[in-house]
Amino acid sequence: MSSRRLYHEQPSGFAFTPDNKVRAEREITKYPPGRQASAVIALLWFGQEQEGWVTKPMIEVVAHMLGMAYIRVLEVATFYTMFHLHPVGKHVVQVCTTTPCWLAGSDDVVAMCKKHISPLQNTISSDGIFSWQEVECLGACVNAPAAQIGNDFYEDLDGPRTEAVLATFRRGETPKPGSQAGRHSSEPAGGPLTLVDFSEPSQNPAGDTT
Amino acid sequence: MLADRDRIFTNLYGLSDWTLEGARARGQWDCTNAILEKGPEAIVDVMKKSGLRGRGGAGFPTGLKWSFMPKEVKERPHYLVVNADESEPGTCKDRDIMRHDPHLLVEGCLIASFAMRAHACYIYVRGEFIRERERLQAAIDQAYEARLIGKNNVNGWDFDCYVHHGAGAYICGEETALLESLEGKKGQPRLKPPFPANMGLYGCPTTVNNVESIAVVPTIMRRGPDWFSSFGRPNNTGTKVFCISGHVNKPCNVEEEMSIPLRELIERHAGGVRGGWDNLMAVIPGGSSMPVLSKEIADTILMDFDSLVAVKSGLGTAAIVVMDKSTDIIKAFARLAYFYRHESCGQCTPCREGTGWMWRVLTRMQKGDAQTADIDLLQEVTKQIEGHTICAFGEGASWPVQGFLRHFRPEIERRIAARKNTALAQAAE
Repeated sequence: MSSRRLYHEQPSGFAFTPDNKVRAEREITKYPPGRQASAVIALLWFGQEQEGWVTKPMIEVVAHMLGMAYIRVLEVATFYTMFHLHPVGKHVVQVCTTTPCWLAGSDDVVAMCKKHISPLQNTISSDGIFSWQEVECLGACVNAPAAQIGNDFYEDLDGPRTEAVLATFRRGETPKPGSQAGRHSSEPAGGPLTLVDFSEPSQNPAGDTT
Repeated sequence: MLADRDRIFTNLYGLSDWTLEGARARGQWDCTNAILEKGPEAIVDVMKKSGLRGRGGAGFPTGLKWSFMPKEVKERPHYLVVNADESEPGTCKDRDIMRHDPHLLVEGCLIASFAMRAHACYIYVRGEFIRERERLQAAIDQAYEARLIGKNNVNGWDFDCYVHHGAGAYICGEETALLESLEGKKGQPRLKPPFPANMGLYGCPTTVNNVESIAVVPTIMRRGPDWFSSFGRPNNTGTKVFCISGHVNKPCNVEEEMSIPLRELIERHAGGVRGGWDNLMAVIPGGSSMPVLSKEIADTILMDFDSLVAVKSGLGTAAIVVMDKSTDIIKAFARLAYFYRHESCGQCTPCREGTGWMWRVLTRMQKGDAQTADIDLLQEVTKQIEGHTICAFGEGASWPVQGFLRHFRPEIERRIAARKNTALAQAAE
């Protein structure tokens, strides 16, 4: 169980941008009247997308919008580990190091993050572009090792491929998400072995061909 | 091998069009109203006859689960909640369904909701799957646009489908934690009873099903329960998406017949074990919570619920993690123990404290920095966690350690002895 606290320095205020306010209000309509608290994760997420991390004033604004006690929103913000409770780099590199990714070489991905971003995780790189952290299973195990950067997964990584992905971000471009080894998605390397033949059976299975 | 024409997930790899048009070309949304016209009881009967067991890990019969819902809607509305919080290490099948064939899921939601007299469904997608939930939302929008779902739709059952997302908490895959999270709280499991079919989301009758369990429903309804149950062994019927990761030459997802031999599955679809079958050390057969198998068992085991239970493991999510002989097996399980320590919700003391304890002991054992007696102590601690928690996370965290001790105890002893010998040699110098 991870112990998470709010950051020691907090901004003085928070307000959703007009666009995010509209998104937030639309989100609340997904739930029955009186159940608007269900939207709390989504609203905090919009806030994090806007500011980069979850701040105390943001938690207060969300609590006010949803008619929730501040402590209830604080509980949610500290419970769910995708909420960053401290400032982060422009791109957060989240490297999966759970056993399936570790077996496939996630140590090499971590090594590149240490080399090109910062020796310590959750520390912003000197140019402010990156921070990185180890995360638990991302759910891309057949494309391991994987890392999530922003909204996208980068898969089938190794040391050099990780370097290439980071370098592309550093140039201000976005590398192509997904497999960095040329696979389309979760099919075996070299192309699918199934889902290639939808022809009817050549013989009647009942065996009554004449 | 399962023939391609008998596959349910015909766009598993996303090589064809995921949109409504593509889905229709693959036979989805074809006369869905005719399926609904059979009536809720008939649909539940078909699901029971098909023998479908839940694909999320526990393997509870889906049709039976549906039949627990009240037969009449009274003052409280009914809900279907789809568990797309796929986070079990090794598992990445629901992701492919959502991003590559989302209409299978949306149509399944309509049919399942109708069978349980629910007019609303929430699909709880794990927070990390941002692109997947965008894709799923796009598919739902297309279905609304085509009036396949929504108020006064062409299928004749008012139905709203919403995508909800989490924010990184493995425990929210536990159904009552998921409901808590969906209500806007911390994802801490509830005591059962009351069961969700009686008191679920917002205190209303609710059924929680895995993505794959729901996504196979339309095809079962179209092709019939006998077709589905013709695959696999009795009580273990149907087709299943397997995820094969770790030390294989070509890791992949593949839909296969239930009860396929593990070795055939790995060699036919995943290019075999790295370095050949004899280089195999261990296999986790069903996601990280299922006890590991030794090579001797892996040689002949069939991949289904009953055969894996017989060797003290389980099919779980059918996520296969292969480890070859180069693996530091103690580190592999110490890392899993770290995962469970990180993901324990902290509600029950045996789990909150025990998962950290197991991780620390395994980390010491990895270096050989332990006593032989610690091995029995570790086993004892797993027994203190198992069965003493509100939810099955306690079992999920202790079973992998128990399986590891069952098959790899000599390796721990060897490492402890090696460290002692090194220490003695250094002392003698």
